[in-house]
Amino acid sequence: MAPGAWTVTGIRAAVAGGDLSAREVCAHYLDRIAATDGRLHAFTTVLREAALARADEVDARRASWRDRPLLGVPIAVKDVICTRGVPTTAGSRILAGYRPPYDATVVSRLLDAGAVIVGKTNCDEFAMGSSTEHSAYGPTRNPWALDRIPGGSSGGAAAAVAAGQAPASIGTDTGGSIRQPAALCGVVGLKPTYGRVSRYGLLAFASSLDQIGPLTWTVADAAAVLQVLAGPDPRDATASTEPPPDLSRLFPGNVRGTRIGVPRVALADGVDPEVLDAFGAALAMLSDRGAEVCDVDLPHMQYAVPVYYLVAPAEASSNLARYDGVRYGHRAKLDGAAAGVSEMYARTRSEGFGAEVKRRIMLGTYALSAGYYDAYYVHAQRVRSLIRNDFDRAFAAVDAVAMPTTPTPAFRIGERIDDPLAMYLGDVFTVSANLTGLPAISLPAGLTQARLPIGFQLVGRPFDEATLLRIGDALERDAPWSDERPPAFA
Amino acid sequence: MEKYEIVIGLEIHAELCTESKLFCNCAYIFGALANDCTCPICLGMPGTLPVINRRAVEFSVRAGLAMGCEITPSSKFDRKNYFYPDLPKNYQISQYDIPLCQNGQVSFEFEGELRTVALRRIHLEEDAGKSIHAEVTGDPTRSFMDFNRAGVPLLEIVSEPELHSPEEAIAYCRAVKEILEYIEVSDCNMEEGSLRCEPNLSLRPKGSKELGTRTEIKNKNSFQELIDAMEYEVKRQARILDAGEEVVQETLLFDASTGKTVAMRGKEEADDYRYFPEPDLVHVQISDEWIEESQPTLPELPAARRKRFISDYDISPDNAEFLTNTRPLAEFFDEAARLSGEPTTCANWIMGDLTRLLNTAEIEIQDAKVTPAHLNELIQLIGDATISGKIAKSVLDDAFETGKMPKQIVSEKGLAQITDTSEIETIVLQVVEENPGPAQDYRDGTKKAIGFLVGQVMRATRGKANPQLVNEILTRVLSTD
Repeated sequence: MAPGAWTVTGIRAAVAGGDLSAREVCAHYLDRIAATDGRLHAFTTVLREAALARADEVDARRASWRDRPLLGVPIAVKDVICTRGVPTTAGSRILAGYRPPYDATVVSRLLDAGAVIVGKTNCDEFAMGSSTEHSAYGPTRNPWALDRIPGGSSGGAAAAVAAGQAPASIGTDTGGSIRQPAALCGVVGLKPTYGRVSRYGLLAFASSLDQIGPLTWTVADAAAVLQVLAGPDPRDATASTEPPPDLSRLFPGNVRGTRIGVPRVALADGVDPEVLDAFGAALAMLSDRGAEVCDVDLPHMQYAVPVYYLVAPAEASSNLARYDGVRYGHRAKLDGAAAGVSEMYARTRSEGFGAEVKRRIMLGTYALSAGYYDAYYVHAQRVRSLIRNDFDRAFAAVDAVAMPTTPTPAFRIGERIDDPLAMYLGDVFTVSANLTGLPAISLPAGLTQARLPIGFQLVGRPFDEATLLRIGDALERDAPWSDERPPAFA
Repeated sequence: MEKYEIVIGLEIHAELCTESKLFCNCAYIFGALANDCTCPICLGMPGTLPVINRRAVEFSVRAGLAMGCEITPSSKFDRKNYFYPDLPKNYQISQYDIPLCQNGQVSFEFEGELRTVALRRIHLEEDAGKSIHAEVTGDPTRSFMDFNRAGVPLLEIVSEPELHSPEEAIAYCRAVKEILEYIEVSDCNMEEGSLRCEPNLSLRPKGSKELGTRTEIKNKNSFQELIDAMEYEVKRQARILDAGEEVVQETLLFDASTGKTVAMRGKEEADDYRYFPEPDLVHVQISDEWIEESQPTLPELPAARRKRFISDYDISPDNAEFLTNTRPLAEFFDEAARLSGEPTTCANWIMGDLTRLLNTAEIEIQDAKVTPAHLNELIQLIGDATISGKIAKSVLDDAFETGKMPKQIVSEKGLAQITDTSEIETIVLQVVEENPGPAQDYRDGTKKAIGFLVGQVMRATRGKANPQLVNEILTRVLSTD
């Protein structure tokens, strides 16, 4: 199996079986990162020595660790997830050099599963953004076209997988931040049901929306990684106490009789014609394999973006209050004895936060403030329930709702940076899944004429990632685009 | 001052004595080294999440039931957002509009009458850390933060504004403190900060139904300081109103060294806390079963117990007050009274000799070796004249020291009274013979001379002769000669 065809499940089997050493797998990816990241900038921290040492440990313990489900698999972790002793910056200056004293639950689980963490990936600051242009450490580039965005906020995680720098990465999704970059980079990206994966150790952006999930080349790989991440955690009160189902028996995915709903009205305008064509082609393929496609009505989906851009910033304004220079991270230097705590807060946060983060903190503070709380935050939360009701009603008739992941393929770096609203509107198809807590997956659905990836999205019932994975696998099998790789990084 | 009515409402914060903090596993030890009792969660490190401490909720329900509250079947937590260095997340997890307990009452005796004050609500929230400023360090350019206390569970008990004098407010505080101690949910130690009483105080013209503008007074370390603070504030507000001006609604600190209340520094902004429901926690559901199960674990509360002591045991209100001062003391007395059937005697022994012994040894009754069974046996031995009251005192001393039962002590030390009249008569005759002077004085009319002779008999018997018998026999012997 040539490295270009390596998958999570393939690597795991080869290492466990002794056909490949963890070290040679790890070294391959590290060399790849060294050769390509100068151009891509997908990583904020590369753990060369630590990863090789860890790979050696895996090799030494191969016999007793043989059953570990991610044995020897190199994984990249988005820089908003705590890795003990390793810089975790959230793409922000305010946490430059910050080393957490503990591992996030997902990181502990990856390590228990035998994985090898190769580095931390670049992202929009505090996961706020859809292009990774808001990282304080510079943008990440799309491996399919280096002058274009990889998407965001998990741009580094998506680019790393797409460029063969790691077989899998872990990202986070609050308004589409796993799915949208997965779509723009041509990989699989899964946002689990809210509560499926523990948030302990994830630097919170919007507590009621954030979820952690995998980015991979194949659907089976996404299932394998999700299986390790998912499950109850006593340190997260919002994590489901139900154990996750066995996802290993879903493949090959069979869609005979599976009902797929399409909210046609939502696709009426603003969607790039090539995206619509690819979307239609994917639906046709599924229907050829026995799926039943029909229309569904989601009348409140048109409010999803405004609702999201009230609820998420409101929660963020509170979650980011802790970054004040008192206990960790950047602290502004004060001159003179006249300066007190208020001045220290103001300077630290002005210096440490970027423009987009400041925008959202201000928006959120406003939406929660006396006199506006009912009109904005409470009202938005009510509409949120209406959006969820639409989906619940749809799921009485269908097993999954399908939409494009994004209205357009990747745009150029710098194209929307001065137009936040235009940037926000690109989230139109992804935010509903976060607002409703429903699981959603983005699947590669081919390329545009300009050879830019397009994503096909499915939203499922609560805790029914299995159906999404099953349909995804069916689409992936025999899809003509499944072997496509970014030309510059093949 | 006569033209104003004082209106006081109290917010009492009590630290719950759970083993760990409200949202993490840290134990809080008062006086520990700074920042020794912390973890990533209570320090508000990036990525951490709160998880509710079940015992804290149990304690809160217990407190609510003890104060006659309705327990909210489904309550939630909210974030109270403000920036201050002692608040690690720059928001406090508290309860805003749906608290755990609502609408209770607390009764207490005040100036001879039974007063009942309505409670508006009781809720659960986390405490903040401590700032250490120049007054302690001597360095005006730096302040230090100690987060040991951050995350400790606090019960906030809010009364309606139904108290009308500083003294009455103190009586209310004492009543609440007593209840919380009795049900063992808090140490209620004001000096250590585990009990904080914050009055909201305003004045209004007598007869007016409208509330005046109130001020809130923070941070007193003792009931005395609390009274001083309120008395000062009453005078201060009266002066303002007399001058025709308006009282400013603000939060004040009481400065014990000057005896005055001063505006707290750094509280200039309007307090918009931007409350919203805490998304990291789920609703707290308290079922009817939980409430039913909690009821039996509530001990008889102090006021009710005092009443019962007075009516059932026929002891005075003052003595009842003393004997219910702490729950272990009350339980000791109750048990001893029950065993012996002589409550007044028990009360006297406890309030007298036993308290003396406890104070000298500097221990509490629950740590003493003497039990109600000891006291009961002692009383029985006096009752059946095995020992005299005087000997009994030394037996008690011994029991306190060794834990041995009185009967065992009496037999080991041979302390049993001599009640054999012929044995006593022998000694009496001997004493009279050896002391002809006092004997003659007695016969000549100085009746109190018998005291000396009694003393000599007691000395000869090493105190063991039954004093009554000695008296009788001496009197007979001296009279018949």
